[in-house]
Amino acid sequence: MSANSINLISGRTIQQGVAMEGGKEKDKYHKACGIIEMDNEDFKKLDIMKNTNVSVTSSYGSVVVKAIETTQGPHPGVAFIPMGPWANSVVSDETYSTGMPTFKGTPVFIKAAPDERVLKMIELMRYNCWGEKQ
Amino acid sequence: MTRTITDVVCPFCGTLCDDLIVTVSEDGKKLLDVENACAIGAEKFLHTQASDRVTRPRKIQEDGSSVEVSYDEAIEYTAQLLVNAKKPLMYGWSSTSCEAQSVGSEIAEQVGAIIDNTAAVCHGTTLVAVQNVGIPSCTLGEVKNRADRIIFWGCNPAHAHPRHMSRYSIFPRGYFTGKGHKNRKLIVVDPRTTDTSSLADVHLQVEQGADYELLQALRAAVRGQELTGDIIAGVPKEKVYEAADLLKSGRFGVIFFGMGVTQSLGKDHNIDAAIMLTKDLNEYTKFSIIAMRGHYNVTGSGQVLGWQFGFPYSVDLSRGFARYNPGETGSIELLKRKEADAIVVLGSDPGAHFPVRCVREIANLPSVCIDPHITPTSEICKLHVPVAFVGIEVGGNCYRMDNVPIDSRKVIEPPEGMMTDEEFLRAVNTRVSELKAA
Amino acid sequence: MADEYIIRNGQVYDPKQGIKGDVMDICINNGKIVSKVSKKAKEVDATGKTVMAGAVEIHAHVAGPKVNEGRNYRPEDKLFTCRATGANTHMEAGFSIPTTFRTGYNYARMGYTTVMEAAMPPIYARHVHEEIKDTPIVDQGAFPVFGNNWFVFEYLKNKEDANVNAYIAWLLHVTKGYAIKIVNPGGSEAWGWGKNCDTIHDPVPYFDITPAEIMSGLMKANEQLGLPHSIHVHTNNLGNPGNYETTLDTFRLAEGVKTNNKFGREQVFHHTHVQFHSYGGDNWGNFESKAKDVMNYVNQNKNITIDLGCVTLDETTTMTADGPFEHHLTELNHLKWANVDVELETSSGIVPYVYNPDIKVCAIQWAIGLELGLLAKDPMRTFITTDHPNAGPFTRYPRVFGWLMDQKYRNERLSTFKYSEKVNDATSLGSLDREITLYELAQMTRAGPAKALGLTDMCGGLAPGMDANVAIYNINADSLDGASIEKAFSAADQVFKCGTLVVDNNDIITETDKRTLWVDVKVPDNKQVERDVVMKFLKYYSMNLANYEVSDHFVPHPYVIEVDAT
Repeated sequence: MSANSINLISGRTIQQGVAMEGGKEKDKYHKACGIIEMDNEDFKKLDIMKNTNVSVTSSYGSVVVKAIETTQGPHPGVAFIPMGPWANSVVSDETYSTGMPTFKGTPVFIKAAPDERVLKMIELMRYNCWGEKQ
Repeated sequence: MTRTITDVVCPFCGTLCDDLIVTVSEDGKKLLDVENACAIGAEKFLHTQASDRVTRPRKIQEDGSSVEVSYDEAIEYTAQLLVNAKKPLMYGWSSTSCEAQSVGSEIAEQVGAIIDNTAAVCHGTTLVAVQNVGIPSCTLGEVKNRADRIIFWGCNPAHAHPRHMSRYSIFPRGYFTGKGHKNRKLIVVDPRTTDTSSLADVHLQVEQGADYELLQALRAAVRGQELTGDIIAGVPKEKVYEAADLLKSGRFGVIFFGMGVTQSLGKDHNIDAAIMLTKDLNEYTKFSIIAMRGHYNVTGSGQVLGWQFGFPYSVDLSRGFARYNPGETGSIELLKRKEADAIVVLGSDPGAHFPVRCVREIANLPSVCIDPHITPTSEICKLHVPVAFVGIEVGGNCYRMDNVPIDSRKVIEPPEGMMTDEEFLRAVNTRVSELKAA
Repeated sequence: MADEYIIRNGQVYDPKQGIKGDVMDICINNGKIVSKVSKKAKEVDATGKTVMAGAVEIHAHVAGPKVNEGRNYRPEDKLFTCRATGANTHMEAGFSIPTTFRTGYNYARMGYTTVMEAAMPPIYARHVHEEIKDTPIVDQGAFPVFGNNWFVFEYLKNKEDANVNAYIAWLLHVTKGYAIKIVNPGGSEAWGWGKNCDTIHDPVPYFDITPAEIMSGLMKANEQLGLPHSIHVHTNNLGNPGNYETTLDTFRLAEGVKTNNKFGREQVFHHTHVQFHSYGGDNWGNFESKAKDVMNYVNQNKNITIDLGCVTLDETTTMTADGPFEHHLTELNHLKWANVDVELETSSGIVPYVYNPDIKVCAIQWAIGLELGLLAKDPMRTFITTDHPNAGPFTRYPRVFGWLMDQKYRNERLSTFKYSEKVNDATSLGSLDREITLYELAQMTRAGPAKALGLTDMCGGLAPGMDANVAIYNINADSLDGASIEKAFSAADQVFKCGTLVVDNNDIITETDKRTLWVDVKVPDNKQVERDVVMKFLKYYSMNLANYEVSDHFVPHPYVIEVDAT
């Protein structure tokens, strides 16, 4: 983990669960999962404004999500994207022969990206799978 | 007029609450209200009423639009796909009934598939750890009636198993636990200060990914050994000693654990250590450990695969007899190695929950997604087959996180003409038999 | 099946009718044994072969949560013995804990047609029935466990006969269970706090009732209700040197107790896997057999039946509802330990075990199981089992038969142990020259268990009117050496199940519908028990009462035995 990278974890939230059951193609899901929860200290360190979009990049991929202040912190150095296709665009697929990807503990770089859009679910899938840009 | 149905089983998570009360219209076609469910369960029930539900199979075109096809065509497509593939992957199985899972097994045996469930990305490492070191455990009623020490390690039930604490682990007044929450001590181990840890007596804010170290340190402390260093995995040494004493001073403790330890580095070794900690604590008092299973019937899939093939997940039937080697025969690695040549997904959403490299592979394979919802998976598969919601529109047996089986109920009719996944799979199975006999 | 069959010229052994090897024909029609058939009957030539009724397994762990936990936590049990999908069979896997398909096939291959699942935790009954449904061919039943049940404790302590009877009837009904099983009475509840009951007079913590009171109370209830089977007991102190005293204390509880049932059952008490309960000495060093003392008692007390629990000298998996014992075992052998404590009902544990013939204790255990069988005066009260898989897999039964029936075969094994001298010092096996005969074998594996289960008119015999469960083995009384016995009984030439030919040419040719046997007892309405059940579910169980009962669709082919105890 280099000095500027953040440790990314992903997991459940109630909002993600409710939105998921309501239909993953809907806005609610996009709002619940197309986000990254960051610690206040990291907002400062990385010079990112709260509630703006950021690009999150790892050796496995890249995704644009909205950076919000953590709801379950503090956790400086750690960021959280709710489980879903946005998180999994960057999460480590290394299983170290256990069969289990490393959903918790992927080093990522987070950069301000205020002019980029958080793709909606179907857009994101089509972009990730077939390189389709909207 | 309305009807009220009690003792309804919620088909969302491994907590498998069975005390829901559902109100439906007299004719049994509309679901009007649901009581006692958590927010997620309630949404699941209520969403069945959405006016934009997909009710017929649809072939997804290259441009993302879809064309409706009949169930018969869907059956034919699925059967052909499976029979023509050399190594098809049949993945998911966690959001469906044991009856449907069993038909899936029959098909898998016929076509020589890899059959895998969501443990692959959830508690698979737990299953491996149990195969290494065993597991001292108990039913959730034992927790309710006896437990005075609870640990939530790497899990956040406030968000993922919302009624767990009120039904089983923290608040209930059981036979020997009349004082309820007052006589229970809660330790939460989590790198974040979560909504669950805010209820804890002790929050050990472990350094993310260092749980293995903390678990082993706790084992040493429990055994009265001296720890070196001042900070262990982000936790001050004194707090580790205190936690060990707190656990030993109880008369019945339970460790509940989740993705924080199954998915982070250490993987199955984290769980080995957690189980061994539980075993060690049994030298001093009584302790058990329970995995917080995610989907409401992933446990059931593990049971059905176990009694039919001998292994709980990642089962490779491609050689005519069952083989098992997580890391080799599991879905993630299979897709990464590009070894599957077709995929059928049922009762889960790998499009949303697999790493993108595997999702890309799914998108480029002949594929079928059997799911009531539109999901990331359905949108990248070639065929999407909607089916009735198990536990709402069709009943079926499910297994709770502590392996207790509860038969879920049908409370309303599915949309007109919609098949259940069991019916769909049976039709596919019959067609597969015909194709193979020819 | 409507098919007529005639099995010609076999040497028939049927204790139900006292037939001891007569050469005769056996006729089948419409799924039953009949006295004659038409000329259209299909012929099976059994010349020179042994014909017996399908065997009856009285105690094995083959279906349910701890069995499956065993399968899932032991992938290594699947190594080397898999069998690919066949023309008539699903793929098969597992040695000590076979998959359900393999379980059904292997029992059928050996000529077993009825198999009783030894222990069913009531809250998990649905799981047991799901596995029973997926076990082909063999009829099955399951015994719910009662000996650590909070309702039972309360009613017995208060001496409320009518209430315990009503509760038993209710539990058998909602679990679709067959009989009252008692495992480590009281001790498995004590295990909820990490404790145990070591003697039958140790009171259960908080509930203040003793194992003796539990067993006596349930024995009395069993006879008041007149159930087909007697109580089926695994008493306290299993596996410990010196435990034979606990066993004899336990047997004595049955003294003077008379049976009361309409099923032809004569015993009031069945003790299972007695091998594990016949130990002398007080440590592993002076560990010795007390089989003589135990069988002396059993022989003199005709209202008791036992099954052996023979050790087969394999790597196997132990699994029982004796939770504290399994913890003790993992402390001994340090192999992986699984445990499940079950709210209000029981506990269970699983630990792999290697019965290594080079270890003196294992060799003595092996000898004890055989001694018990050879010292039995009444083969109709002594049944051959291995407490599968605890003392060994059921697929080893033919080897056990060989040891019991051929002195040379067992002495070959006995004399080649690393510590055979010490084994001979600790047991009397070397001095026993008895060889169990084919007729006695039929008593110990067919007629005896069927009668003890209250099924004497249904199975375990070849009398006209009984189910046509028939096994034909390629062996006869002229060639009863151990190796031939083991070979012949491992793979019957033909097996009929309810008149359908399921095994031919030593392998499965078809499956057939199996039935689930369960007992439905009618008792007088009991408002107190109804209320107690409602209240305990509300307050202490983790699931709702309305979801507890096993619905009919889990048991597609029920065979219900009705008992009127009003």
